[in-house]
Amino acid sequence: MTPLSGYLLVSALLFCIGLAGALTRRNAIMVLIGIELMLNAANLNFIAFWRFSEHPETMTGLTFALFSIAIAAAEAAVGLALIITIYRHFRTANVDQVEDMKG
Amino acid sequence: MSLRNMVHCALSLVLTFAGLAGLYLQLNAEFVGFTQILVYVGAVAILIVFAILLTRSTEPQNEPATVTPWVGISVAIGAFLTMALAVLASPVGKRAAAPMGEVSVRTLGQKLMTDYVLPLEVMALLLTAAMLGAVIIAMKDKEGSR
Repeated sequence: MTPLSGYLLVSALLFCIGLAGALTRRNAIMVLIGIELMLNAANLNFIAFWRFSEHPETMTGLTFALFSIAIAAAEAAVGLALIITIYRHFRTANVDQVEDMKG
Repeated sequence: MSLRNMVHCALSLVLTFAGLAGLYLQLNAEFVGFTQILVYVGAVAILIVFAILLTRSTEPQNEPATVTPWVGISVAIGAFLTMALAVLASPVGKRAAAPMGEVSVRTLGQKLMTDYVLPLEVMALLLTAAMLGAVIIAMKDKEGSR
């Protein structure tokens, strides 16, 4: 079986791909996708550390990952609703063209 | 992340989520793996594809898709190198998996309903609030423009 460091490296790679996307892309949806990737990297860390912990039968990491998935789903729903509203208002989903919050 | 066509980005995202679900299954976390498939491959991916299709029509096609790419990419590479060095240097990484029996969904449910019942209720409240909030945010502008 793969040692813990393999999972941690995959998770770090996923996090950095998400970070690069969130930092560089201009479209707000792509920024949101980057954030989702980073959240998933954190989830993978939770599961991996839970599996390799001393007492896996306590299931702390498992429940934490479940709650984190639910939070991420709520965040995606609200974020996409905001993006669609901004798009209706400004006719663009581009983060550096949306300059003011006042209608 | 670097693809220009955003629908292709969304499809690769689905592929990534499915691969992560496979990793969870490999780590004996069956329930979380199937939840990952249901929530991400099912719901979040559909949401993202819908948002892309709804906001795509007037996007200019010829301007660059990124701003200051080298700053962001170098920050990300630096972060990855730091994390990889830390992971490879720490003794935790070489730990082997402890042998464990089957984690049944029944025990997970019992945990959720006993030890974690308060977070579970808060989570239900949060999901309801998020759903209502999303509906209200997406609805308000339409009423204002009428």
